[in-house]
Amino acid sequence: MKFKQASWASDACLEPLVFELSRANRTGYTLPQKKLPEVNIPENLARTKLELPELSEPEIVRHYTRLSQMNYGVDSGFYPLGSCTMKYNPKICEELAALETASCIHPYQDEDTVQGALELMYKLERCLTEIAGVARVCLHPSAGAHGEFLGMLLTRAYHKSRGKESKEVIVPDSAHGTNFASAAMAGFDVIVVPSNSRGRVDIEALRKAVSKKTAALMLTNPNTLGLFEDEILEIAEAVHKVGGLLYYDGANLNGILGKTRPGDMGFDIVHFNLHKTFSTPHGGGGPGSGPIGVSRKLEKFLPVPVIEYNKKRRRYYLDYNRPQSVGKIKAFYGNFGVLVKAYAYILLMGANGLQEITEAAVLNANYITRKLQGVEGYELKFDASGPCKHEVVFSVEPMKKNYGVKAHFIAKRLLDFGVHAPTYYFPPIVPEALMIEPTETETKEELDRFIAAMKEIAEEAKSHPDKLLAAPTATAIGRLDEAKASREPILSWRMYRKLPSKI
Amino acid sequence: MGHPYIPNTREIREQMLDEIGVASIDELFADIPEKIRLRRELKLPRQMSELEVKRHVQAMQAKNKPFTKMLSFLGGGVWPHHIPPHVQSLVQRSEFLTSYTPYQAEVSQGMLQALFEYQSVVCELTGMDVANASMYDWATAIGEAVLMCARVTGRKKVLVPELISPERFAVLQNYASGPGLELVKLGFDWSTGQLDMSQLRAELGQDVACVYIENPSYLGFLETHVEEIADAAHHAGALFTVGVNPISLGMLKAPGDYGADIVVGEGQPLGSPVSFGGPTLGIFACRDDQKLVRQIPGRLIGMTATLDGKTRGFTMVLQTREQHIRRERATSNICSNEALCAVAAAIYTVSLGSRGLRELAEICAANASYAMKELDAIDGLEAPIFASPHFNEFTLRCTQPKLTIEKLNTKLLKREIQGGKPISREFPEFGETAVLCTTELHTKESIDQLVDAAAEAVGARR
Repeated sequence: MKFKQASWASDACLEPLVFELSRANRTGYTLPQKKLPEVNIPENLARTKLELPELSEPEIVRHYTRLSQMNYGVDSGFYPLGSCTMKYNPKICEELAALETASCIHPYQDEDTVQGALELMYKLERCLTEIAGVARVCLHPSAGAHGEFLGMLLTRAYHKSRGKESKEVIVPDSAHGTNFASAAMAGFDVIVVPSNSRGRVDIEALRKAVSKKTAALMLTNPNTLGLFEDEILEIAEAVHKVGGLLYYDGANLNGILGKTRPGDMGFDIVHFNLHKTFSTPHGGGGPGSGPIGVSRKLEKFLPVPVIEYNKKRRRYYLDYNRPQSVGKIKAFYGNFGVLVKAYAYILLMGANGLQEITEAAVLNANYITRKLQGVEGYELKFDASGPCKHEVVFSVEPMKKNYGVKAHFIAKRLLDFGVHAPTYYFPPIVPEALMIEPTETETKEELDRFIAAMKEIAEEAKSHPDKLLAAPTATAIGRLDEAKASREPILSWRMYRKLPSKI
Repeated sequence: MGHPYIPNTREIREQMLDEIGVASIDELFADIPEKIRLRRELKLPRQMSELEVKRHVQAMQAKNKPFTKMLSFLGGGVWPHHIPPHVQSLVQRSEFLTSYTPYQAEVSQGMLQALFEYQSVVCELTGMDVANASMYDWATAIGEAVLMCARVTGRKKVLVPELISPERFAVLQNYASGPGLELVKLGFDWSTGQLDMSQLRAELGQDVACVYIENPSYLGFLETHVEEIADAAHHAGALFTVGVNPISLGMLKAPGDYGADIVVGEGQPLGSPVSFGGPTLGIFACRDDQKLVRQIPGRLIGMTATLDGKTRGFTMVLQTREQHIRRERATSNICSNEALCAVAAAIYTVSLGSRGLRELAEICAANASYAMKELDAIDGLEAPIFASPHFNEFTLRCTQPKLTIEKLNTKLLKREIQGGKPISREFPEFGETAVLCTTELHTKESIDQLVDAAAEAVGARR
């Protein structure tokens, strides 16, 4: 397979900035005629200057179409970005979220006029409750990290209600960066526990780390090495024994659907990434959705409003009367447009389908693991004999030692094969890490092509390391000066315009 | 039979297992302890075909009454506007829609440039130099702004107006709770709604990190003493943060031009549907000051050149502020943001251009002004309750003793009119009051319909 990304380029740049395409008096919009008298704004508040670009609709459409052609999505090709679950996003879900009846409703409308929206959220909550084995779900958070922040607020509220001032949150050294940041944002001190030689939480170190001060342990399972924390019951016991809570980072839920449930493992708080496991698209970084599930004892602390159903009146309603609620973490009730897509996806899959997702995703990851294991240059640092779950982390330390080829060179070279780079240099406990998550939506043929590309790159590391250093060449643009970009940041057209010399 | 989204059939999966020497799929799950294995099927609604799902969701959503099928005067944090079809058709292009965060710059120039253009558009609107690539919504953007002010100044007190949106304040309380910031509400002038300047000056000591105002305010009026507020804040060494509805900036002075250090706001009206309140788009911008830029939360896209220096390109910058590198010392925990809504905002705003945005803002304001005048003329109604200039939202008080604002809304709803958002529970001191909003979706005729229905509801003759 040959890949060459579109590259709309003029002399010293790709497609010009929309500001550079502007010509006076062009417009891409029509407005109703003004019939009412104008409003007078006090002079000190009246705008005198606004310099937005002016373009016609065809120019705008062409500009952004060209930009889109210089972008790579799951619909373009294989996207094995570890921990991000870049699976195919069914188109029907987009169509349903765009329904006028779903997209043109206001959150403050009379409840009688939004019964369908409330019903959908209520039913999605029930589905997620069952999938995670928890008592109740809150759909408010906009993203996984937002869910983590809410989870930490719930943790604080829980301990406070029991008269405890627990200040410490324990996080394994392999955890996602958001775990540390979310705990810190909610005012907790972060304690790090090491992984053992099997790539799992070191249970002895954990037992030493827990104390009366422990508010919670945040854990991803399968963890970021793609390995199942098989001592999870012992971990849960150690944390619960001192009165701490167990928090589940749901980034890797795709590895266990229908096989086991966070609630059954002993987790008290669970977040979901609907934009990962439940196939809502990532949109170049968002919008996502990061619902939170909780065990019974935490239910009363959930944010307001909670969606309830009055059986007698057969009516859904928003309940704000929750005296112990932590309040709000977002205006309104969640990223509804994303929730519609996730709900449709769960119906499309059903219980069997969800389990099949996990089986196929895990098989794909193990297939890559075994096919690359033993290829010179790629090494498994932890538990090389057991199965992985949805993802695998290879180390290219041998390649770096022998040929000076680092992980990110391999990642960049993969782009030339029409494959998106894996996550690299993460988790930090693996030197020269390449974290590969194929998901269930890839064919065996695609996996074989990827494996062949990885082998070819390993060969190149030996024979033509220069080729790796020059990569990528098939992309819209070559390697960028990222150091300069951060050293002398140019962050807007305004900043760019003020520069004495232009790029 | 195969599965539409799981392309490897059972036969192929058997073959793959065979090739890697695994006897059965169960072997790959042998590491899950017996005790926690789920031994039954998940209890979920039955699996449906695409057609069935479509009909099911359509039928369920048909129980909603969209504001396009009635007359609605709701705003209060998300606002309905006409979205030119090309905006949604461009953001639905799957190279944008199905991409992840543009970590791989070489293969993601399109998203990076589009986000750079969004940042640039936000800077033009707000009068700031730097904008991030989005936060979740206005409310969380205030939370992040206040945390940033505390980091920059090393202070812990935050002054906010008493008339801040209560929902946004509730979110702010949670964001401020981590480092234990003190939130102080500032009173207002009862006749105008304007911030109490003497209380502001009294509270403004060397311990204040941030003075926050909303302009237009939650209740629709404009804060007019903005230069004085900015001067007072700066005099005390505090940062001045302003929250905006960006549509208003078509006719209102950029906050950067009256002294704002940070501007936040809700970007949804720029090209995203209301969608029951989400996804939304948190605007976050600040001045080009190293002290501020180093502390900004979220993703930043910067311009650079290729390593050979020959071609301009875009990449994520200053990532050492972010959680995936700085972990618990990051400026924020945010990772996924609202990037696609940001791209929609860029496309929408450049479609309008300077003149279009001004005209749009003027139409929204003119509609509100007309509605206020007509409603205020009705016996038993008062609009607005504050003698101040307004943008496109305003307060409507029901002074007819037998009628609550909720009852008024119920009566309007019978006439297919969704009235304003009642605030009698949030601000009982204003009596039976609601906040109404008009945009370009309203016409003189539709406002007349509201006025007629409201007059009938309060039993007034016109």
